Amino acid sequence: MSKSATRDPAWARWSLILLALAFLGLFLVLPLVTVLVEAFAKGWAGYVKALSSDDTGSSIRLTLMVAAITVPLNIVFGLAASWTIAKFDFAGKSLLVSLIELPFSVSPVISGLIYVLLFGLQGLLGPWVAEHDTRIIFAVPGITLATLFVTFPFVARELIPLMEEQGREEEEAALTLGASGLLTFWLVTVPNVRWGLLYGVLLCNARAMGEFGAVSVVSGHIRGLTNTMPLHVEILYNEYDFVGAFAVASLLALLALVTLAAKSTLEWWNRGEIAASGP
Amino acid sequence: MTAASLPLLRRTRVASSVIPGFGPTLGFTLLYLSLIVLLPLAALLIKAAGTTFAQWGAILTDPRVLSALSLSFGGAVVAALINAVFGLLVAWVLVRYSFPGRKLVDAFVDLPFALPTAVAGIALTALYSPRGWIGSLLEPLGIKVAFTPAGVVVAMVFIGLPFVVRTVEPVLHDVDLELEEAAASLGADRLQTFLRVILPAIGPSLLTGFSLALARAVGEYGSVIFIAGNLPGISEIAPLLIVTKLEQYDYVGATAIAAVMLAISFVLLLAVNLLQKWRRARMGG
Repeated sequence: MSKSATRDPAWARWSLILLALAFLGLFLVLPLVTVLVEAFAKGWAGYVKALSSDDTGSSIRLTLMVAAITVPLNIVFGLAASWTIAKFDFAGKSLLVSLIELPFSVSPVISGLIYVLLFGLQGLLGPWVAEHDTRIIFAVPGITLATLFVTFPFVARELIPLMEEQGREEEEAALTLGASGLLTFWLVTVPNVRWGLLYGVLLCNARAMGEFGAVSVVSGHIRGLTNTMPLHVEILYNEYDFVGAFAVASLLALLALVTLAAKSTLEWWNRGEIAASGP
Repeated sequence: MTAASLPLLRRTRVASSVIPGFGPTLGFTLLYLSLIVLLPLAALLIKAAGTTFAQWGAILTDPRVLSALSLSFGGAVVAALINAVFGLLVAWVLVRYSFPGRKLVDAFVDLPFALPTAVAGIALTALYSPRGWIGSLLEPLGIKVAFTPAGVVVAMVFIGLPFVVRTVEPVLHDVDLELEEAAASLGADRLQTFLRVILPAIGPSLLTGFSLALARAVGEYGSVIFIAGNLPGISEIAPLLIVTKLEQYDYVGATAIAAVMLAISFVLLLAVNLLQKWRRARMGG
């Protein structure tokens, strides 16, 4: 049968393409361009000056530190969860998978609120925290916990379908041939899922560095101490320091672009090895 | 289901596998899940359970709370509908047509997943404010977007778009071209084929994308609060009201709004799931 039966006429094709591109241009490209234009509104010198303040430096350090704690923890969790879910059969498995994805359906603000209700001064464990002379809320531990919550599913949800698809034969073969469990894990399982793992880590890291709502609730917004980069953007913006706000925002936008580029490269190279594209 | 009769989380096929590590990995998974997710969420439920009937009544009849909730849910529905239409269009164009730069455009669709919400928020505000590139074009027409409920919807469209595109795209890829050829050979034109053959095939994924975009938009905070203007009763969203109550140390109020939001979201997702099930049953698989 000729192809024309399933092909749209050229005029329809091109008008749909143009409409889609116009929509994406309006909603995705223009905001990104705006960030750069506003950041350089006072030229290169203004941009550099905005980025070289002490508060900006400490917000960058805090953001990097929180990501350096949360991403490895979520990698360990993701590997453990996907191993137990993909390599074994047990009752309640689908409930466990749903619970792992639960943080995705909770508003970021609520993700922060629950930690305030748990560890805040009036919280359930508040008196216990105060007794031990530590602070969780309005301090770095609270920011880390809230970030852990919102980034919780990223690595696990990439690895679970991937490991399930790969089955158990290769591990069983290695074990039967006398390899230890840990050796099998490092030499068989991890190499098999490495691209999916990297993919999950990329998304997890982008969210960890960019999280705003959850962190905003538990941070207390103490300049130089509990301000992450996204919170610093807000403070500068609310002080009408637009060049400063957009300059810090441009660094986060760059992170987003690098993440997208790396993600697409991974997808093009390893079509079969990455389970699903998605949030 | 036989598994249901067994104790929860007990291995059901002990003898058949030589793979070790079930106990430690399951134990660690459950411990970490409980500490990071379940325990904190339980704190919310405990706090909500301790709220008296009178307190619930006062919060749920407060006009400010009601308008914030209806803006968050109403705005999210409008945004998800816009995303369903344009997300389907984008997915269609990316799957069915080839044009220069298609791969680049495809990669770019995920931008809202990668761009921190605060960055999106200030960028959209700068664009749509009366002196911004788009806002200054709309102002002579008497249309105001920034600092109105329309601005809330714009931000929600931004963050929800990839959900629809990414759920529809793979399904659209798998639609059998032979079905379309059959429809064409039976005399259907392209529009009829689309409405009668293609749309029913991708319908469930479109509904899933819609509900994911909706769920995300309902709880969205960072990208919305800058463009919304946050006028109580007019352009104040529910998550912002939670933050405001927390800043006033009104933990009961914040918890109640959060519990209501979670409950409504849960019911919405459940309804969508039931709809999918009912549809599958009716279509016979």
